[in-house]
Amino acid sequence: MAPDTIYLDNASTTPLRGEVLDAMLPYLTGEYGNPASIHPMGRTPRDAVAHARESVASLIGADPSEIYFTSGGSESDNWALKSAVLGPHPRGRHVIVSSIEHHAILNTCSHLKSMGVEVTYLPVDRDGLVDPAVVEASIRPDTAVVSVMAANNEIGTIQPIREIGGIARDHGVLFHTDAVQAYGQVDLDVTRDNIDLLSASAHKLGGPKGVGFLYVRKGVHLDPLIHGGEQERGIRGGTTNVPGVVGFGRAAELAGAGMAADSEHERTLRDHLVSRILSEIPYTRLNGHPSSRLPGNANISFAFVEGEALLMSMAMNGICVSTGSACASGSLDPSHVLLAIGLDHATAHGSLRFTVSPRNTLGEIDRTVDVLKEVVGRLRAMSPLYEDHIKNGEETRG
Amino acid sequence: MYDGVYSEKVMDHFTNPRNVGEIEGADGVGTVGNAKCGDIMRIYLDIDHETQVIRDCKFKTFGCGAAVATSSMATEMVKGKTIQEALKVTNKAVMEALDGLPQVKVHCSLLAEEAVHAALWDYAEKNGITIEGLRRPKKDVHDEEE
Repeated sequence: MAPDTIYLDNASTTPLRGEVLDAMLPYLTGEYGNPASIHPMGRTPRDAVAHARESVASLIGADPSEIYFTSGGSESDNWALKSAVLGPHPRGRHVIVSSIEHHAILNTCSHLKSMGVEVTYLPVDRDGLVDPAVVEASIRPDTAVVSVMAANNEIGTIQPIREIGGIARDHGVLFHTDAVQAYGQVDLDVTRDNIDLLSASAHKLGGPKGVGFLYVRKGVHLDPLIHGGEQERGIRGGTTNVPGVVGFGRAAELAGAGMAADSEHERTLRDHLVSRILSEIPYTRLNGHPSSRLPGNANISFAFVEGEALLMSMAMNGICVSTGSACASGSLDPSHVLLAIGLDHATAHGSLRFTVSPRNTLGEIDRTVDVLKEVVGRLRAMSPLYEDHIKNGEETRG
Repeated sequence: MYDGVYSEKVMDHFTNPRNVGEIEGADGVGTVGNAKCGDIMRIYLDIDHETQVIRDCKFKTFGCGAAVATSSMATEMVKGKTIQEALKVTNKAVMEALDGLPQVKVHCSLLAEEAVHAALWDYAEKNGITIEGLRRPKKDVHDEEE
């Protein structure tokens, strides 16, 4: 990374925190033992994994015995849905998910559909919120699981999961939430929020890549996804990723201890970024809920310009952001999330996501807006859509 | 994200696009693509009626880095050429001149070729002439892909 890089893509991944690396290092070097070993080399790694299990559990008010370590959020999402609907005694073969879930959920649903499972996709409103009443109306006698993400990765909208979980529970349906973006960012409590299954990932909160967990409420049946040895109480095979798990534990401790101050800092930077962009760059709009959103997330549409061109121009100035444009994904359609909240294709193509971390500074935010103004101006000057808008007046906008 | 995905020439034409802008009272204007797919290109031509030489060519593009770069390169390649020579500037030639494009961006080069053809078609219609070898451009080059 160049020294003057401004990293505003923390929803994609975060840098490993120094304290996390320090906690991991012994398990990458001298303490290389397998925690399943009975000889002395297994002892310290085993204790370290147990400690990490307590740390990641306590952040969501769970019991350590309800945590199953995985390779990350995608595996956890796959596991939760497949176990809920394909396990030995599912309530039925119907699944309810929101239409703005991560692809780890949506593509798992596509796979389940190919196996005869029925899927209901819940709409969202213009702010990206799922209506709990629609969840209730969608539940059928054969519904096995409802899965609604705690917070959206693109637009940051935080869902009313407590209400949705309560409705699922009242109907005897499992409730899963993909908390990959929310875990360590906002307060979650599996009991208060009526959660049966929860996915989380370490690298979104300063931990290492390649490790996550699935929380499974005690009493909920969990069928193995990865068959193998006796790791994770016999239902998730594969030698434990000790350094990864230890790093996840340390990252969870740090996130929990710093959550209030970190959120406050992120919110200050994010609000400054949003207010400067909306007031200084015309034809911009904030996507996602105005208040019920992750503290570090800003998703903004810039009319008349395309997201990949914006992203590349920002990158050439050392600023790393992300986009919902199709052109960045290799398909012709822009982000399913931006379309689901009602944006037209052109507006969705011209959207950028900025996600700040507690390590970003106000100076970086100001520099970002200064560069954006120049870049958006340059791209609009070469945009036929902007030309038409100027010549034809306001009515052609969008 | 696109580090190393685009060639140096693509990056050069994206960063410093040639011939951006409009031509007042252009002899031919062509706009192709649609916002749904994320690319719209407009080409302006200034044509010498006697010699059939494209004296000037400018563009405006809404689209990704590859869309901007292919527009820029296409304008460079047809400028100063006769209409017949310009018709030989294919999307393949534009891509080759840019040292290639990623597979998912090949449609951008088709759009650039189509935009030049649309502008020539407009010129022919305005002047009531027929340009040999020029077919009516598709309204949207993505029609065939969807």
